[in-house]
Amino acid sequence: MGISRRKFIGCLGALALGPAMGIPGTARGAANKEFAGWPGSQSVLHDITKCIGCRKCESACHRVNQLPDPETSFEDLKVLDQKRRTDADVFTVVNRVDNTSPVFVKTQCNHCLEPACASACFVKALKKTPEGAVVYHEKLCVGCRYCMVACPFNIPAYEYHKALAPRVTKCTMCHPRILEGKRPGCVADCPTGALISGTRDELLAHAWDRIRTYPERYVSHVYGEHEMGGTSWLYLSGLPFGQVGMREDLGTKSAPELTAGPLSAVPIVVGLWPVLLTGVYAISKRKEKIAEQEKQAAVAEAVDQSKKEAQARMETLRKKWDQEKQSAINFEVKKALEEAAAKDPEPGQSKEDE
Amino acid sequence: MTDNGTHADRKWWTPFNVIVGIILATGAVLTVMRFTQGIGAVTNLDNNNAWGLWIGFDLLCGVALAAGGYVTSAACYIFGLKRYHSAVRPAILTAFLGYALVVLALHYDVGRPWRLPYPIFVSQGTSSLLFEVGLCVFLYLTVLFIEFTPAAFEWLGLKKIRALVVKLTLILTIFGVVLSTLHQSSLGALFMIAPSKLHPLWYSGYLPVYFFISSMFAGMSMVIFESTLAHRYLSRHMDDTHHREAPGVALGFAKAAAFVMAGYLGIKLIGIAIDDHWRLLATGWGMWYLVEVIGFVAFPALLFAMGVREKNLKFVRWAAAWTVLGIVLNRLNISVIAFNYHLPSHERYVPSLMEIGTSVFIVTLGIVIYRFITTRMPILHEHPDYSAHSPEQKRI
Repeated sequence: MGISRRKFIGCLGALALGPAMGIPGTARGAANKEFAGWPGSQSVLHDITKCIGCRKCESACHRVNQLPDPETSFEDLKVLDQKRRTDADVFTVVNRVDNTSPVFVKTQCNHCLEPACASACFVKALKKTPEGAVVYHEKLCVGCRYCMVACPFNIPAYEYHKALAPRVTKCTMCHPRILEGKRPGCVADCPTGALISGTRDELLAHAWDRIRTYPERYVSHVYGEHEMGGTSWLYLSGLPFGQVGMREDLGTKSAPELTAGPLSAVPIVVGLWPVLLTGVYAISKRKEKIAEQEKQAAVAEAVDQSKKEAQARMETLRKKWDQEKQSAINFEVKKALEEAAAKDPEPGQSKEDE
Repeated sequence: MTDNGTHADRKWWTPFNVIVGIILATGAVLTVMRFTQGIGAVTNLDNNNAWGLWIGFDLLCGVALAAGGYVTSAACYIFGLKRYHSAVRPAILTAFLGYALVVLALHYDVGRPWRLPYPIFVSQGTSSLLFEVGLCVFLYLTVLFIEFTPAAFEWLGLKKIRALVVKLTLILTIFGVVLSTLHQSSLGALFMIAPSKLHPLWYSGYLPVYFFISSMFAGMSMVIFESTLAHRYLSRHMDDTHHREAPGVALGFAKAAAFVMAGYLGIKLIGIAIDDHWRLLATGWGMWYLVEVIGFVAFPALLFAMGVREKNLKFVRWAAAWTVLGIVLNRLNISVIAFNYHLPSHERYVPSLMEIGTSVFIVTLGIVIYRFITTRMPILHEHPDYSAHSPEQKRI
């Protein structure tokens, strides 16, 4: 008990303090301040209007991350006929959005500034790096898949058919390459400039420049600038984002903000409940005690009362007896006196009678 | 559940034993499949639907329905309602088994179950509500185990250690209520991170409150429901005190449940009003929402109230069973049915037969263990050595 209690208190402390201190490198919890992203972190801008659906990014991703070969080759564009999503072995996909003129949209992890997956992970297996990528630590993952439930973009995939060491998989933003100063694989291989990388600030400025320069070509919105608190992957589109299969109803709140309320209730419950409950216990106990005392008092009083009554009755009886005795004595005395008086005139006579 | 005769002339080929045997054998096969071929081999889970029946039913419903433990022990030891005393041990046992089975079920659902202690001992993801759930469930399971041990110690005749544990009763009860408040509510809060996936009628800032309040009447209903079954099948293991107190427990809990359910309806209404979701009530999902709230909360609440007014145990028992169903419906709505409501129907999740089979297996395992313990240990009756009437023994 001692150990678990100490551990418990320690963890509660961590629960309360960890997020508030905003320790670098940890998933950002319920901090009640704005987080604008790591300064100078890397980003990618995907200009949907420039994508031609060549799948070069997919093949680059496959090569760089050494993923298993797909059933059909990356040159085969027939796969564009069906809608696909990221999979355990596929970190990025290009989908054709059916419209009068075909529009292609690349999908992968958006590397949120305050990721829902990292915030949801109960072993910190997912982390936002200061360089921009959200990375996965297989050595910690329990496989609860809460990250998949939490991700608003439906990105993380799971190795459902591995019995012993299933992993959560998703785009890594080619974190190792970024650390080497290289661009992500997909960006490096994109032939049309539909993907460009740089710092997030640069790319945001660049994206808005394009919108201002070609207002007829773009909708006036950089997707990812504010969605879910902002993402490291940014998008430009000629069609409203809802029409190219991206959700427009995600809001601008970051994932940690969504859970800040319930998390902040923890110390309150831990602090208040024991006090309240002990109070309730004390009250019910005291009520019991008072009831017991009152009962005893009532009994004592009743006993007392009946004693007094008995005494009083005894008293009256005794008086009555005394009176009766007295009157009996008086009567006898009187009788004796009377008898004596009656015999008194001839005292000698009686003697003679005997 | 044909418990006729003594142990000596006990028959093995009873319908109960045969059915249980089949279920346990099937469960063993499914277990082997799950741990040799992966979760994908037995479930219909996929990348869009990461959580299915094993989380929705085994975890969420399991924890809610095991709430009878904290509700009953709090009523008896904290609020001083001594007349519920004989209900405490069955409730604690059910809660302990419930949580133990939740943890067992988690071993099937998580990818690397041997790492389940990681969030507590290796790497603490304190920003996650699942961390709170994990920590609380771990601690509460420990508390429930300690609360259960006096019955086992009486059975084993270990008087000294029993007396020691009995002294901890109040502390354990308070600890249990704190932990239950936290994890019952954080199970609801788990879903607050996914506003874009859960249907707005079920998604609410009040989710943690809804989960906590509903756990109270879930626990009370479960105590009544379970007591009904126990009276039917385990009656011969009950003593006079238990028999005498049982109707009072049922009526008392029914009264409390009716009130709490009315309060729950109130905050549900406030939730709809605050988010201004009145319009959604007129949609198909709205109808389903009303089925849950009116059919499975308002209706049984009324039935409870009527049962209490007329002292009609039949009403109370039906209402309890109905409420238990309602809790299952609510938890499944949030985790599975109204979750991912926006996906096209072919991408939606429907549990596989093997998933359902595993859940049935785990519930059956619980019933078998409950029966094993109640037919041996002083759960439904008082141990003669520790009777309340012997002056030197304090009751627990």
